[in-house]
Amino acid sequence: MLKFIKHHMTSIVGIEIFPIIAFILFFTFFLVMLWYVITFSRKHVAHMEQMPLTDKGSPLPDGRSSINN
Amino acid sequence: MMERFQYDNKIVNAFLMATIVFGIVGMLVGLIAALQMIIPWMNAAEWFTFGRIRPLHTNAVIFAFVGNGIFAGVYYSLQRLLKARMFSDGLSWLHFWGWQLIIVAAAITLPLGITSGKEYAELEWPIDIAITLVWVVFGINMFGTILKRRERHLYVAIWFYIATWVTVAMLHIVNSMAMPVGLFKSYSMYAGVQDALVQWWYGHNAVAFFLTTPYLGLMYYFLPKAANRPVYSYKLSIIHFWALIFIYIWAGPHHLLYSSLPEWTQSLGIVFSIMLIAPSWGGMLNGLLTLRGAWDRVREDPVLKFMVVAVTAYGMVTLEGPLLSTKLLNSISHFTDWTIAHVHVGGLGWNGFLTFGIIYWMLPRLFGTKLYSVKLANAHFWIGTLGIVFYAIPLYFAGFTQSLMWKQFTPDGYLVYKNFLDTLLQIKYAYWLRALGGTLYLGGALIMVYNVWMTVRAGKLVSNEDAEAPAMETETGVATGGSHWHRWIERRPIQMLVASFVLVVIGGAIEMVPTFLIESNVPTISSVKPYTPLELQGRDIYIREGCYVCHSQMIRPFRSETVRYGEYSKAGEFIYDHPFQWGSKRTGPDLAREGGKRSDAWHYYHMYDPTSTSDGSLMPPYTHMYDNDLDIASTPAKIRAMMKLGVPYSEGFDERSIEDARAQAQGIVDRMREASNGEINANTDKEIIALIAYLQRLGTDISGGSVAEGEVE
Repeated sequence: MLKFIKHHMTSIVGIEIFPIIAFILFFTFFLVMLWYVITFSRKHVAHMEQMPLTDKGSPLPDGRSSINN
Repeated sequence: MMERFQYDNKIVNAFLMATIVFGIVGMLVGLIAALQMIIPWMNAAEWFTFGRIRPLHTNAVIFAFVGNGIFAGVYYSLQRLLKARMFSDGLSWLHFWGWQLIIVAAAITLPLGITSGKEYAELEWPIDIAITLVWVVFGINMFGTILKRRERHLYVAIWFYIATWVTVAMLHIVNSMAMPVGLFKSYSMYAGVQDALVQWWYGHNAVAFFLTTPYLGLMYYFLPKAANRPVYSYKLSIIHFWALIFIYIWAGPHHLLYSSLPEWTQSLGIVFSIMLIAPSWGGMLNGLLTLRGAWDRVREDPVLKFMVVAVTAYGMVTLEGPLLSTKLLNSISHFTDWTIAHVHVGGLGWNGFLTFGIIYWMLPRLFGTKLYSVKLANAHFWIGTLGIVFYAIPLYFAGFTQSLMWKQFTPDGYLVYKNFLDTLLQIKYAYWLRALGGTLYLGGALIMVYNVWMTVRAGKLVSNEDAEAPAMETETGVATGGSHWHRWIERRPIQMLVASFVLVVIGGAIEMVPTFLIESNVPTISSVKPYTPLELQGRDIYIREGCYVCHSQMIRPFRSETVRYGEYSKAGEFIYDHPFQWGSKRTGPDLAREGGKRSDAWHYYHMYDPTSTSDGSLMPPYTHMYDNDLDIASTPAKIRAMMKLGVPYSEGFDERSIEDARAQAQGIVDRMREASNGEINANTDKEIIALIAYLQRLGTDISGGSVAEGEVE
């Protein structure tokens, strides 16, 4: 079964470089992502981080947010 | 324009109850397995031996308890974060019942010994297909909901869910590739080193993408909810996400250090494992710091208590994991109970406690009432915490002790503890303490069951919860100048899916493709031959009984191992092993070179009553192999399946295989009769004979240490 895959791949000239290219692409993507996250606007971050809290969170019947108080 | 709609709480409740039920079952089976290790008679019948019960425990807690926990949390949070009801109620229920049926199928087949013999992926091919289908149903339901959402941006928790879905799908399909031999048996498509690499790429990432990423998603939703304040740093959560899925996928080979896996693959695994500390601790600190200014509430609120210990346990295991991935610590910890302690800090602490926290938080809200007893929840917390301590600490001592005993030499250069059993009996006390820890943890969970029951009785399920939200405004052309690339992708779930998929595929491919591709990575050895038909049948019994759960077949290149077991294992020795059986734990000795070490008669006596040959042995007796006839009729089909997988049996050998197996069995029976002066009068048709044939074959292909590196096929 694997033989079919194997032979196709070994016939590609210079396949050794593929993983290196992939890794560079991979890492570049990561760096670009990092840059964009660092430059997020405050407004956007505020909107995002409030998300779990903005739905009324199905408060308990008496309006408390915790089972304790 | 506000739209009115309803959240589906009924499905959340169904998954929540399944979580509780299977949590108790999974923990109970775990406790039984723990006791079986110290009380051999608890291995009551062939269906309840440790080798079959342990996979039942791992599958139950991972896929039934944590699996249902994931779905309960996802179905609750996804609807609310997207301000939309689940895409289809029909699909929700198909998902629910499909998953429960798979669990029932697992609970039936595993004790019957129907297993593929690959850890955490034991279920046979028809169930594997069912898992794939149910997973697709879950995917359609999740993406359908995302597409009809009323909130433009996807909160970070949803990203974790998406990555979970796509990666688990990929892992499951790739690792489950197998050649069926009938409905209940299959052989892994891969063999030996390649099978090991695929399996641990899967095994490690099952931890990553089933036990970690979905739970991180739940943490990012439920922890801010319970603390009633936003996550400490949203930016950090995004970096955490990408870094985690970027790095995790590469780390699998750290499960195979010092094995026959190519050196460069091992190094790759180590480097990425060390790097994992950064995103893991980023996430852990992000969770803990979310509680800044709310620590006073942790003292009172059991929900927060559970969550704090969960996140702390996550921090501990994600530091320990990378450390155990270094060659130094791995040479000590691997194959010992240290690993068991490590995974249970993760399982009991991180997954278990986060689940309990979420249950205590969600339940009163689902039932429109208050929790029956906060005191009992607090009691659960303390008993559970004590349970984790009693579970883990003795096993850390046990692992360390046993490993040092394995490695200890006299000044003259002999092993101090030649008998493996001495090293096991030394740590028996730790196994008792571990069982005590497990009992406490289960006791705590039972308190929760009572608390849940009383809460449910007092309230009434709010099956459909009213909600309202404005419809999502339509996209107005191109993104405005101030908009970021990341916000662009945040609004596009499908692109997000593709991006996560590309990331994990690249990681997986680079790790594995060369091992499949470059033949020099697995040098073939000319003296290594395929198993004889009887040995193959014996091997299937070995797999069925789950022998790999306690016995490894991988001698590492250490003096302490080569002196004890013989020549270290070579990659080329395993090329016909579909599946590989290297194992991951040595409760008993390694068997890679077992062949020829002891007589057939010794094995015959030992398997019937292990204490008859090894005083104090903790191994279960396998008397059923002396009663059960070998299913010899299945031999030709098995040989044909192996031939399809590329094992070089000669043309037409399948038809001669039964004859061949009978002749070999007769030889073994004759030898035993002769050696025992007629005392052993075995029946050639019984399973035990096939097993002896297999055990006596192990490692003999290159015995004598003369490894002739043969021609590459």
